[in-house]
Amino acid sequence: MKIIVIILLALPLGIFAQEKKKKNIKAQFIVRGNCEQCEKRIEKASLSIKGVKSADWDIPSNVISLIYDPNKVALETIHSKIADKGHDTSETEAKEVDYEKLPQCCQYERKLL
Amino acid sequence: MKKYILILCMSWGVVFSQDPLSGIIKYQENNKIYPLTGANVFWQNTTVGTVTDVEGNFRLQRVSDTDWLIISYIGFKTDTLKVETPFISHKMTPNEVDELAEVKLIQRRKEIQKSYVKTQNIIKVSSEELLKAACCNLSESFETNPAIDVNFADAMSGTKQIKMLGLSSPYLLITEENIPMVRGASQAYGLSFTPGTWVESIQISKGAGSVTNGFESITGQINTELKKPLTDLPFFLNLFASINGRYELNTHINKKVSDRWSTGLYIHGNKRSQKFDKNKDGFLDLPISEQINLMNRWQYIDPQKGWVSFLSWRYMNDEKLLGAVDYNQERDRGYTQRWGSEIKTKRWDTSLKIGYVFPDLPYQSFGFQTAFSSHDQNSYFGLRSYEINHQSLFSHLLFNSIIGNTLNKFKVGINYTHDKYDELVDATFFLRTDSNIGGYFEFSHDNNDNFSCIAGIRMDMHNNLGNFVTPRIHLRYVPVEKFVIRLSGGSGRKTANIFAENQSLFATNRVVSIQSSKGKIYGLNPEKAWNYGMGLLKSFYIGSPHQINLSADYYVTDFSDQVVVDWENPREISFYNLKGRSSAKSLQFELDYNFRDILNLRAAYKKYDVKTDYNSGLLQKPLLAKNRFFTNLGLKSETSPQGKQWRWDVTFHHVGVQRLVKNQRDGVNAFSPSFSLWNTQLTRVFSKKFEIYFGGENIGNYKQSSPIIGSEDPFGINFDASQVYAPVFGGIVYSGLRLKI
Repeated sequence: MKIIVIILLALPLGIFAQEKKKKNIKAQFIVRGNCEQCEKRIEKASLSIKGVKSADWDIPSNVISLIYDPNKVALETIHSKIADKGHDTSETEAKEVDYEKLPQCCQYERKLL
Repeated sequence: MKKYILILCMSWGVVFSQDPLSGIIKYQENNKIYPLTGANVFWQNTTVGTVTDVEGNFRLQRVSDTDWLIISYIGFKTDTLKVETPFISHKMTPNEVDELAEVKLIQRRKEIQKSYVKTQNIIKVSSEELLKAACCNLSESFETNPAIDVNFADAMSGTKQIKMLGLSSPYLLITEENIPMVRGASQAYGLSFTPGTWVESIQISKGAGSVTNGFESITGQINTELKKPLTDLPFFLNLFASINGRYELNTHINKKVSDRWSTGLYIHGNKRSQKFDKNKDGFLDLPISEQINLMNRWQYIDPQKGWVSFLSWRYMNDEKLLGAVDYNQERDRGYTQRWGSEIKTKRWDTSLKIGYVFPDLPYQSFGFQTAFSSHDQNSYFGLRSYEINHQSLFSHLLFNSIIGNTLNKFKVGINYTHDKYDELVDATFFLRTDSNIGGYFEFSHDNNDNFSCIAGIRMDMHNNLGNFVTPRIHLRYVPVEKFVIRLSGGSGRKTANIFAENQSLFATNRVVSIQSSKGKIYGLNPEKAWNYGMGLLKSFYIGSPHQINLSADYYVTDFSDQVVVDWENPREISFYNLKGRSSAKSLQFELDYNFRDILNLRAAYKKYDVKTDYNSGLLQKPLLAKNRFFTNLGLKSETSPQGKQWRWDVTFHHVGVQRLVKNQRDGVNAFSPSFSLWNTQLTRVFSKKFEIYFGGENIGNYKQSSPIIGSEDPFGINFDASQVYAPVFGGIVYSGLRLKI
């Protein structure tokens, strides 16, 4: 029984310890968009954030795959910077004004994630 | 106690916790990605699972005992993934190799692709385009491509020679999977030593190349990718026969030995045994020849750990007999009764490639290549003899990564090459060793939108060329949509292997004269040139089925030093270092039109201005047409569900007048007539496994009337088989089959 307790206690610590050391973390989440123009905008927005090393957004699935350095940037920041360009992410909703700024073809159907 | 644990679990549960896992499962077909509906998703060793919805989405509660997720669906490989994020996106792969191959077959790619996104001006030629060429080796693969001009090297050996930007192949870097291949001793016949069916694709890059493969590319680079054991068909057979008595056999056998190892055996044989003398000059129009070519490749892939490796070896034996129709080598060699020649070449190649991609960092990788080749040519031409043995070692270590993010990438690496040449020219021995070590750094930036650039610099230490720096730059800018402007510039150097590169001189009775400048290579100094270029590419649609690409490019190669090959005196061939100027300017306009997948039309106009200061003054390069026009029309029927299809294509070349050097046949200040050539081919695909093709080369039957000067007296002073401006042999009809299992 004790062992289980120790494991339970240690496990999350282990996760934290690992995260602090790692310089390259992979992340995937949904970013709403439609087309190739969206792809350019979303990838550009992500790559212009210091600490984001690679960004690849996939049109059909709307999933962005990132590699970033958590010591330099928090995942929430990435979400909000993408949302600033008008694209809803699975965590952050874009402001109405930013969404309106998107070209016609990029104005994806807004639904709650 | 139990209570405690419960509390602990609950409090930690917040961390653990996590929202349920969500994700999307997809698959790829015909280059498009579709959601996979109804796929099973469950945690390993549990019964906790779900099924994906119509859009491929799923949501699944986390379990505490595992984060290994299993995804399965009929017809696809079952995948097990470690889940580290609250969202996953996963692409499934079909589980049968056959299905993969089928996807490949129906995948419709354009045969010639001009890239919009690449910074360099690169033209990719797919294996489908290569099928359009009549036959059968790399030197003949460019006949349907306007970027490369194909000429006959001389009147007897049947060898084809290629030119790009108005300059012959020695100024190109010809690589096989990025390992320098046709160079040194193999310059004259090397392109005919790679069978066409072995080739998966060819990349032609115009202008100063990349610094990564060395300093030798001056006008550009041609890279061939060979078939890979893992992705090539398990069995392939190609038989070919033509009415000029040429027979070819190509067989590929590929096998997956284990999860990670695959191997392929590639066999090529060709034979031409019939004698033809259509122009009645007493000389064979095409040689009697035989070639055996064997290659074995081993491919290793470990996608989880990121390792990729290739190990290949290859053996080639080629024999040609040319000269007088009734020449008998045992009876006539060494006598002046009948003129004859034999060219025997043996070649061994081995290469090893190892690549490592960091599994967590797909943008970072290491690569190592090493290759060794031994090339041995024994030949005589009438009373002249030429022997060359060339042993070459090449190694390359490189590292790819990013600066900050993937918009800024770099490559850094070192190359080492060692070449040993041992030549016997008539009765003179030439021995030379070239040894070079070089390092490079290449930076590339891409703003992911409308601008990209590649800037590279390399430093080399060469025993015969000295220490030098080679800079190269490429820029790409897209001012408006579907319009690309490219600029490039850079330098290149090479040692001129004067005999190996100009073997047609042996089929003449010209005296060889080397006007030494006290250099280290046959007394000559190395060649050095700058190449600058600009390319424009515009594409648009007229209605959706009509796609048009227009391109124009202009390149200048400016020699600061060159080994001039001077044929101006009919009794002599002389080599000397450039005194004065030498440049090659090339202008090309091209139109490419596509109607759906059915029709493709390519038309190109090319203008060359290649001038050199010879001892006798500034002259246009001989045997080079200033104007050339090219058209290729291809038609394809739609593929039936059984895979049946018709394919037809026709190519038209118009070659303008060419300056001829002074000689007994053409006189002084003569020009060749302009002429046109037509090629055509019809293919009937009966199923995915079997097809037959039928075609004609030079169906207008145009030929040069008396290709050999002084053929009536081959041991006299006027004899010269090197002054060829048009096909020697007339029309050829051929047929062949392809079997793919």
